[in-house]
Amino acid sequence: MHELAVTESILGIVIKHAAKNQVKKVLSISLKIGELTDLVDEWVQHYFNYLSKDTIAEGAILKIERSPVVFQCTDCNKAFPVFLKESGKIICFHCNSTRVTLVSGREFFIKHIEVV
Amino acid sequence: MMADIRLIEIREDILSDNKNLADEIREVLRSHHVFLLNLMASPGGGKTSLIVHTVRELKNVFRIGVIEGDIDSVIDAERVSREGVPAVQLKTGGFCHLDASMIDMALKEMDLGNLDLIMIENIGNLVCPAEFDTGAIKNVMILSVPEGDDKPLKYPLMFSVCDVLLVNKIDYLNVADFDMNALKDRVFNLNPKIKIFEVSCKTGEGIQMWVRWLTEEMNVYAKEDPAG
Repeated sequence: MHELAVTESILGIVIKHAAKNQVKKVLSISLKIGELTDLVDEWVQHYFNYLSKDTIAEGAILKIERSPVVFQCTDCNKAFPVFLKESGKIICFHCNSTRVTLVSGREFFIKHIEVV
Repeated sequence: MMADIRLIEIREDILSDNKNLADEIREVLRSHHVFLLNLMASPGGGKTSLIVHTVRELKNVFRIGVIEGDIDSVIDAERVSREGVPAVQLKTGGFCHLDASMIDMALKEMDLGNLDLIMIENIGNLVCPAEFDTGAIKNVMILSVPEGDDKPLKYPLMFSVCDVLLVNKIDYLNVADFDMNALKDRVFNLNPKIKIFEVSCKTGEGIQMWVRWLTEEMNVYAKEDPAG
């Protein structure tokens, strides 16, 4: 639901880096977004197309890499992926402990851009 | 020409501007000894009622202000103002969350030198507000009994980022199909550090426990103060 705000931030960061690097045009933007963030990829691209009109990033393609939700067990220290919406409870794959902490799934960053 | 294509490494957090501004807000509030609390919930979860209860319990102890973010109505701000505390209404239109820049704007309209506690009533939504740091010292959410005990599975991020969960409307427990133990299991599973208080803004049950927690946290914050 907050795709518009996120997209504005993406465009701002991309334009800032493009200006520093004497870029003529931004062709693509590679993003890493964790599964825990409720963003719909299509809407991010849709808003981006709208916001980036008449900028050097107009027409750029967003390549979104989703990083899985990963928890780490406090008891055995091993990490394991979790499909939150399908699992009723988060239990360590290795030792069945329920003492766990989130280690990834909240990523939200721009990896790199392809430019000319 | 393909050869002209370059790759520029960025590795920058998309929400870094918001995070930086939130950190600045925390510094400003720290210098004024003001504790900022961010309250989040679904529409109808009981945010305004909880704020009103908290103000009634604490207004003789702390100087309190409220930032109302709930969508473009002044009803909530009026309810809060009736309690005799200053309330700033943010005009958020159809926005789905508050971010640090909106809180920064609201704080500029408040007399920080004459406040100890500011409560933010965030926009009624369990998804977007979880993503945006407001500059608050503590994040608190309300889940009301009629919403169901399965919500941690649907909104895991919200339950992960909060310091406190207030389970409101416990006066509905005997008519609702709500399993408190199952809820707590699910919440602690996602966030072992979270504090859970069971409250009813209707009967006032449990409000004392919540207010005690808040008072203790504010005292800890005041003692951490480098300026004394």
